[in-house]
Amino acid sequence: MEWSFSDDRPIWQQLTEQITLRILKGEYPAGSRLPAVRELAAQAGVNPNTMQRAMAQLEQNGLAVSSRTAGRTVTDDITVIQQVRRERAHEAVAQYLNIIRELGYCQADAITFLKEVLQQHE
Amino acid sequence: MNEVLVTCAALSKRYGSKPALSGVNLQLGRGRIVGLLGPNGSGKTTLIKILCGLLQPTGGSVAIDGQPICPYTKSIVSYLPDRMYFADWMTAADLFDLFADFYADFDRNKAQAMCVSLGVTPGDRIKTMSKGTKEKVQLVLVMARKAQLYLLDEPIAGVDPAARDFILGTILTNYNENGTVMISTHLISDIEKVLDEAIFLKDGQVVLHDTVDEIREREGKSVDALFREIFRAGNYYDGGVF
Repeated sequence: MEWSFSDDRPIWQQLTEQITLRILKGEYPAGSRLPAVRELAAQAGVNPNTMQRAMAQLEQNGLAVSSRTAGRTVTDDITVIQQVRRERAHEAVAQYLNIIRELGYCQADAITFLKEVLQQHE
Repeated sequence: MNEVLVTCAALSKRYGSKPALSGVNLQLGRGRIVGLLGPNGSGKTTLIKILCGLLQPTGGSVAIDGQPICPYTKSIVSYLPDRMYFADWMTAADLFDLFADFYADFDRNKAQAMCVSLGVTPGDRIKTMSKGTKEKVQLVLVMARKAQLYLLDEPIAGVDPAARDFILGTILTNYNENGTVMISTHLISDIEKVLDEAIFLKDGQVVLHDTVDEIREREGKSVDALFREIFRAGNYYDGGVF
């Protein structure tokens, strides 16, 4: 997965989101060790202080844990990861509903469309 | 060691009757990467040259690590000029010798390693090198010092976008945690994500000094976009003094 940043928001927030996504996808599995801040910063081409801030946010969100001996690891608490994953899914659905609403359809239509497309894919 | 690395107070510089800097107040901490941003002729190079002791200010004061510009401050400042100043018959390896003689904090092994990663052959003469390669050699020399303040005047102007990313990566991985890097440029979009702070210079005055995240959060746009807005509209940005 490549790092990419949009212009309208602070970079640390976008880093937090992208690392979160990597954790949810299992790219950084539960309980595994996260790369060092400097290494990640170099990978993403960002300032180490910015990456540090993103990591602090991940810790606050409960997705990352830092310990004196093992460095910073992904939480081994699967329920936390599952919960964030669900939140992400809900956000995606909310976005979908928003677009459908902007197009002038109602919620019932949104569900109909979803079923239609699912059938096409089968 | 002072917490504040650079202090400028009411700093001004005139070339004859022409003001280049007027009333610049500035404080920079340690471990920061700072963008010195402004259009051509806004005073970026003048400010950098004052910090490294090549120019005398007309008024106001400067301190680096708590001391006025003196041999000590020069020993902790590593300066990348906006033009090449080396004899072109020299090789990069000759320049390593030169730097090792002049600067106690020059790390030759590091310079050699950086040359390898940047694809520069240290045995080549300067005159046989392309513009971009020359710039890379200069950058290697400057970043291979263990300085406290790195002043990089337009370090990425002459190289292609791919090499730019590489050079920025080199800067990111080679400055030390106590050191602050000041990069002057007008290629903001290229360097924005490596910066902690941005300083906007306009007509010799600081019109904005803030963290990049703060600017993005407050303005809802990139530093590059804000720069274009400020310098196109022709009016000053009020507020945001850091």
